[in-house]
Amino acid sequence: MDDTPILDIDNLTVGYRVEGGWRDAVREVSLQVAAGETLGVVGESGSGKSTLALAVLRFLGAGGAIRAGAVRLQGADMAELAPRGLSATWARDLRLVPQNPLAALNPSLRVGEQIAEAVRQTAGGALSRADAQRQALDLLRLVRLADPERVYRGYPHELSGGMQQRALIAMALHGEPALLILDEPTTSLDATTEAAILDLLAELAGGQGGQGAARATLFISHNLGIVARMCDRVAVLYAGELVEQAPTARLFATPLHPYSAGLIGSLPRPGMRHNLRPLRPIPGAIPRLDALPAGCVFHPRCPLALDRCRSERPLLEQAAPGHQVRCHRWREVERGALQDGEPAQPVPAPASAEVAAEPVLVMREVAKQFPLRRSLADLLARRPPRMVQAVDGVDLRLGRGRTLGVVGESGSGKTTLARCVVGLEERSGGAISLVDLPLAPGLEQRAPAVLRRIQMVFQNPQEALNPYLTVGEALRRPLMRLGGLRRAEAERRVARLLDAVKLDPGYAARLPAQLSGGERQRVAIARAFAAEPDLVLLDEAVSALDVSVQAAVLNLLSELRQRSGTSYLFITHDLAVVSYLADEVAVIYLGQVLEQGTVEAVLRPPFHPYTEALLSALPSLPPAAPRERIRLEGEVPSPVALPTGCRFHTRCPRALGAICATEEPPWRDAGGGHRIRCHIPLEELRVLQGGT
Amino acid sequence: MALDTVERGIGSGVATGGTPGGWRRALRAIWGRPTSAVGAAIVLLFAALALAGPLIAPYRATDQIASARRQPPSAAHLFGTDRLGRDVFSRVVLGTRDIFALAGLGTLVAVLLGTGVGLIAAYWGGWPEELTFRSFDALLAIPALLLALLLLGTVGPSRQSVLLVIVIVYTPIVARVVRSVVLAVKPRGFIEAARMRGEALGYILGREILPAVLPALAVEAALRFSYAIFLVASLGFLGVGVQPPAPDWGLMVLEARNDVALAPWSLYFPAGAIALLVVGVNLFADGLRRALQA
Repeated sequence: MDDTPILDIDNLTVGYRVEGGWRDAVREVSLQVAAGETLGVVGESGSGKSTLALAVLRFLGAGGAIRAGAVRLQGADMAELAPRGLSATWARDLRLVPQNPLAALNPSLRVGEQIAEAVRQTAGGALSRADAQRQALDLLRLVRLADPERVYRGYPHELSGGMQQRALIAMALHGEPALLILDEPTTSLDATTEAAILDLLAELAGGQGGQGAARATLFISHNLGIVARMCDRVAVLYAGELVEQAPTARLFATPLHPYSAGLIGSLPRPGMRHNLRPLRPIPGAIPRLDALPAGCVFHPRCPLALDRCRSERPLLEQAAPGHQVRCHRWREVERGALQDGEPAQPVPAPASAEVAAEPVLVMREVAKQFPLRRSLADLLARRPPRMVQAVDGVDLRLGRGRTLGVVGESGSGKTTLARCVVGLEERSGGAISLVDLPLAPGLEQRAPAVLRRIQMVFQNPQEALNPYLTVGEALRRPLMRLGGLRRAEAERRVARLLDAVKLDPGYAARLPAQLSGGERQRVAIARAFAAEPDLVLLDEAVSALDVSVQAAVLNLLSELRQRSGTSYLFITHDLAVVSYLADEVAVIYLGQVLEQGTVEAVLRPPFHPYTEALLSALPSLPPAAPRERIRLEGEVPSPVALPTGCRFHTRCPRALGAICATEEPPWRDAGGGHRIRCHIPLEELRVLQGGT
Repeated sequence: MALDTVERGIGSGVATGGTPGGWRRALRAIWGRPTSAVGAAIVLLFAALALAGPLIAPYRATDQIASARRQPPSAAHLFGTDRLGRDVFSRVVLGTRDIFALAGLGTLVAVLLGTGVGLIAAYWGGWPEELTFRSFDALLAIPALLLALLLLGTVGPSRQSVLLVIVIVYTPIVARVVRSVVLAVKPRGFIEAARMRGEALGYILGREILPAVLPALAVEAALRFSYAIFLVASLGFLGVGVQPPAPDWGLMVLEARNDVALAPWSLYFPAGAIALLVVGVNLFADGLRRALQA
C-alpha cells in the first residue's frame, strides 16, 4: 500500500452564496485520513462540520460551492469528476451513514430489497438478483441484527431506530468502500442503543474478516466522549476553522487550544459534582458566519486572549508530530497557562447531614395509564380500551433544596411522571403532595397559590418561548399572574431576573428568534424561577444544548438552587449530568423505579443490573482501558404488554432464570435510603460487579 | 363544476405562520415582486373606485338616456350604453362599491366568526372539536353554488341573503385553516407554560396563539375575498343575488347576455371588471402568502 491517504482535504474553503457575496462556512481546512484510520471531527453546532462532510461528498446543494482548495479521494480530485464518474465514485468508494436513519431509508421498499438494490448497483449489473439478496442478508448478519430475515422483509417504519441504523450501516459497508463518513450516527438514538451501535462500529473498524483494514473513516460528532472512544485522531473545528488536530489520547491529555481545553472541561463525567468540582464552561456562544470576529475566531470567548489575538489570525502550527494547533499562545497553554487562570472554586458543600430535610414533594403509588384508541369492532363489542401503563406505582420523596434525578431511556415513563407532578397530565392513581398540601391531579383543579409553587423547564428551548412575545413579556406574565405584582413592579423585577440568569437587562426587548439556544434556555429558567417556586421540574433541560453551553446552564442551575433553596426534579437520560447535579437518583424502567438512593450510593456497586448497563453505556473520558461492558440486548418492550415478573428480565444480562419471569422482585435495602428492586441478593450483586 | 372547485380551493399553504415582526417586510416583498405588485395595484385601483365612485361616475346608475341606447364606446360614454340607454362606465364604477361592500363585509364576518370558532373548538379539543369540524366537513361536502342557491331559495334573494350565504359558505373554511395552526401550536412548551401559570382561556387564545394564526389568516382572508367577489357576481348572473336595477356586475352580465349581438360592450366591460378584480386579488393573495412564508 502506498502512502497516499484515502481522503485528502487540502486547504478547503467552502462557502454559501448569499446576497452580495459568499459566506464561508469552512475555511482553509486541511485533513488527511489514511487507510484503516478513523478521524473524528468534533465541533458544536455552527462549527462547519456538516458542511465539511457535504463538501467531501460533493453534495453541497444549490448555493454552496468549494471556493478554494480541493478534496481528493484516493488521489483523484472530486471536483474534476464528471457527473458519471461522480456517481460511480459514490456507488463504489464513498458511503455515508446519516444522523436520521428513518429519513435515509425509502419508506415504501423493504429494507432488504433496498440493500440488495445498492449491492447490485455497485456491482454494475454483473450480479444476479439472488446473489445480491444473499449478500444483503449477509450484510444484515454482519451488523449483528438479532433476526436478519425479519429485518430483511420489514419496512423501515417497522424497525426501531437502532435496527434502522444497523441496516444503514450494513448498506454502507457493502462492496468494501474506501471511505465511510459517519455523520452523528448515534445522535438520534437512546443511550443504551447508542452504546450498542458504537460497539458494532468499533468492532467493524477493527477489521472483521479483513474488511475494515483498508477503509478510512470520517467520524463526525458533537459528542467528545464518543469521539474519544471511536477515533484514532481528532480534529476540532470551531466556527469553520480547524483549531486543533492530534492523536486522540494526546488531545484529551494535553489539549493545546483553549477551545479544545474548554470543551473537555465542560463535559460532566461521573465523579464530578456541582459543589466539589464545578464545570468550567466556555463563556459566550459560537459567532455567526456573518459576524466573524477579526484576528483569532475564538478570541471573544478565550480566557487567554491578548491584543494580538484580536488583530492577527494565528497560523496552524505544528506543536508536536501529528499535533497541530491554531493559537498564538499554545506554548503557554502547554506550560499550564489555563490552569492558573481560574482555580476551580469549590462551593462549600451544603450540610449533607440534612438528608432528612423537610420533604417538599412526596409521591405515593403514583400511576398513569393511557387508553389506546379502540377499533370500531372493539367499540361495537363494548370491549374496554387497552391501557398503556406509562407510570406504575412510583414512590419518591424530595427534600427542600435538594435535587432528585430521574433517569431512564425514552419510553421509561420519566417524562409522564414529571407531567403528572405539574398537572399537565392527570394521574390515574396515587397521591402527590407538596409540603403537606395534597395536589389535585389536573392543572385546572389547582389553586393559583399552588401553581406558583411548581414550575417546569422544558427540553427544547425553541419550543419553550412564544416566538411572538418579547423576553420581557414572557417574564412579566408569571410575575403578575403568580407573583401578584403590578405591571410597573413586574417590569423592574424582569431586569433582576435576567441578571440572575446572567443576561443583560436589554434582552427584555428581544424576541426569542434573536437569542441563541443557550440564551433561550436561560430565559426559560428565569421564567420558571420568576414566582419563586418551591419545586422546579427540569425535563431534559440541558439535553438539547451544546456541551460548552450545557456546562454554563448546569452551573447556573446549581447556583440558583443554592441561592433560592428551590428543589429540583431533574428528568434525564444522561447519567453523567445526573451525577453532576443531583443529590438523589431514581432509575426508572417501563414506569417502575428499579433503584433509588443518593448519587454516591447509586453510582457505586451494588447496582441494579439496569443501572449497571446504563453506566456501562457512558463513554469515559479520557478514554479508559476497555473494561467489561454490560450491554442490553433488544429493545424496550412495549408498555402495552408489560413483561411479567421483573419488568427488566427480558433484557437483563444477569437474569437468574424462571423466578425473574414469574415473580415481582422484592425491594432490597442497601442502607441509607439506597434500595434496589431485584431478585439477586445485594451481596451477590456486589461480588458480580466487582464492588470497591 | 369547474367553477366550484376553484371557488372552494381550500388551504392557503401557510401552516404555522411567518416570523414575528415580518409584516412590514412582507409588504415590501409584495411591492418587490412584479406579479404581486400588479395585483396590489389593481386592488388599490378598485378600492379607490369603490370609495370615490359617485365623484367619478358621470351619470347615476339608473339614469336612462332614451336618445342614446346601445351607443358604442365614445368620449361621452367611455364604455358605451346598454339597451336602456344607461351609461355602462358609470354602472361599472358605481357597482364597485356594491361588490366591495358585499364581498368585503361577508369575508370580514366569515373571517371573524371562523377565527373565533376555529380557535376555541381546536383549543378545547375532544368532542366539541369533533362535533364542530365534522359538521363543517358535512357543509363543505355540498358544492358552494348549490348551497348558495338552496339558501337563497329559502330566504329569498336580497343583499342580506347574499351576505348570509357568503358567511355560511366561508366560515367553515376559515375555521379549518385556523384549526390547523392551533393544532400545530397547542402542544408547544409556551402554551403549557401558560397553562401552568393558570392563564385564562382568553389570554392563551388571544396573546399566545392568535399571533401565530395571523399570517395564515391574512392570506386566507385575501383568498376568501376574491372567491366572495366571484360568488356575488355568479349569484347576480343567475338572478338570485342582488336584484335589478342595482348596478351589480353579475346582474349586468346577465342583462347584457341577450343583447350581446347589438351591444357587446355592455357585456364586455362588467365581465372584464369581474375578471380583473378577481385576478388582482388573487395575485395579491399569492404575493402575501409568499411574503409571509419566507
